[in-house]
Amino acid sequence: MSDVKITIIDREGEAHTVDAPTDMNMNLMEVIRSYELAQEGTIGICGGMAMCASCQCYILNFEHMLPEKSFEEEDMLDQAFFVEDNSRLSCQIPITEGLDGLEVRIAPASE
Amino acid sequence: MIKTDILIIGAGPTGLFAVFEAGLLKLKCHLIDALPQPGGQCSEIYPKKPIYDIPGFPEVLAGDLVDNLMEQIKPFEPGFTLGERAETIDKQEDGSFIVTTSKGTKHHAPVVVIAGGLGSFEPRKPPIPSIKNYEDKGVAYIIRDPEVYRDKKVVIAGGGDSALDWSIFLADVASEVSLVHRRKDFRGALDSVEKVEELSKIGKINLITDAEVVDLKGEGELDSVLIRHKDEARGEELKETDYFIPLFGLSPKLGPIANWGLEIEKNAIKVDNSYDYQTNIPGIYAIGDVNTYKGKLKLILCGFHEAAIMCQSVYQRINPDKKYVMKYTTVSGVSGFDGSKKEAKKEVVKSIN
Repeated sequence: MSDVKITIIDREGEAHTVDAPTDMNMNLMEVIRSYELAQEGTIGICGGMAMCASCQCYILNFEHMLPEKSFEEEDMLDQAFFVEDNSRLSCQIPITEGLDGLEVRIAPASE
Repeated sequence: MIKTDILIIGAGPTGLFAVFEAGLLKLKCHLIDALPQPGGQCSEIYPKKPIYDIPGFPEVLAGDLVDNLMEQIKPFEPGFTLGERAETIDKQEDGSFIVTTSKGTKHHAPVVVIAGGLGSFEPRKPPIPSIKNYEDKGVAYIIRDPEVYRDKKVVIAGGGDSALDWSIFLADVASEVSLVHRRKDFRGALDSVEKVEELSKIGKINLITDAEVVDLKGEGELDSVLIRHKDEARGEELKETDYFIPLFGLSPKLGPIANWGLEIEKNAIKVDNSYDYQTNIPGIYAIGDVNTYKGKLKLILCGFHEAAIMCQSVYQRINPDKKYVMKYTTVSGVSGFDGSKKEAKKEVVKSIN
């Protein structure tokens, strides 16, 4: 399997188009962390269990290709701040070939 | 003043295991944690989640791991200062340290070990621009004394157990309780949700769902909150209140430790991992998720390893004239400070006549 291109807009508004591997069992939060697109300690605090919302991002396109929100993700987003209709927890989005061309913006870090 | 050999800041798995390793070296530990119970993230965030990468445990619930660690360190009688955040550190002339907590409790030790994980857990503040102006002037993130709210108007925001439980409790204390939640469903315990619904039906709780508090008003002190409904037709409403209590859980912050003069990199404390996990300040060590070095892995098992290495170094620091040889518990057993002793049975060698 090959890498897919994903564009991630960081919290300062800068866009980064990165190669995300589809064969490493990664999720979008881990890709953001691996490219250091958000300050360590401000993203993925719970490690990817949909229990902190620190990895919230806004899906800017291709929403139809994403997995459905689980009950846990819905619940966590319900408690999070800065939530919009296109909010998702990036830790709940596994990197698959269907995500090629995905564009997301990382939500602001909450205090 | 609490006195100990090693003062550990952070009672997560790494801090707890450090007590065991120190105990083997006859060093006594005291732990400080901002949370009211030991266990750190394991207890606070995911006690019912299974962990699969603890050696010897194919699967263990985070909460059970903490319980086991507490059992393992029991013979070494650690002291705990819980529910208090380590605020300040003062180096003494003899090189020892005094650490004072948010409640003013003082601790004195020759060595301080920071095992603070991601930091101390602090209330998550909603992104309302004016909220800082009203902190302690009508806005509270933690309910310390419910009597403060007797016969007052209170607006609580949130949809989890804390928001539900306090709404129920204050319904009998405050003159008016409003619970504002972003949607109709609540993620708290079922009986709490049902109780809130009951109290809402009889007018003891004013339930405002599909809505958010977006602004606070008042001259000096809070006097009202602006609530925005999802339903545009309902728009916004100004609600008079004496107190606004947003209850949105906790998030970790490095907190006052960041101002202790320690070298910080990427929100973590830099340590000398080639030797003993000591920070740039001699006598202060950092172990577990709170530290960083080249190749750092934020895993519980790495924290355990770092705890063992750190303790050997601390022993030499406290006892510079003593020669210590590392011992295996299979050989030396475990002698607790409480007089308990665990050791393997000695084999009986039969003599040949």
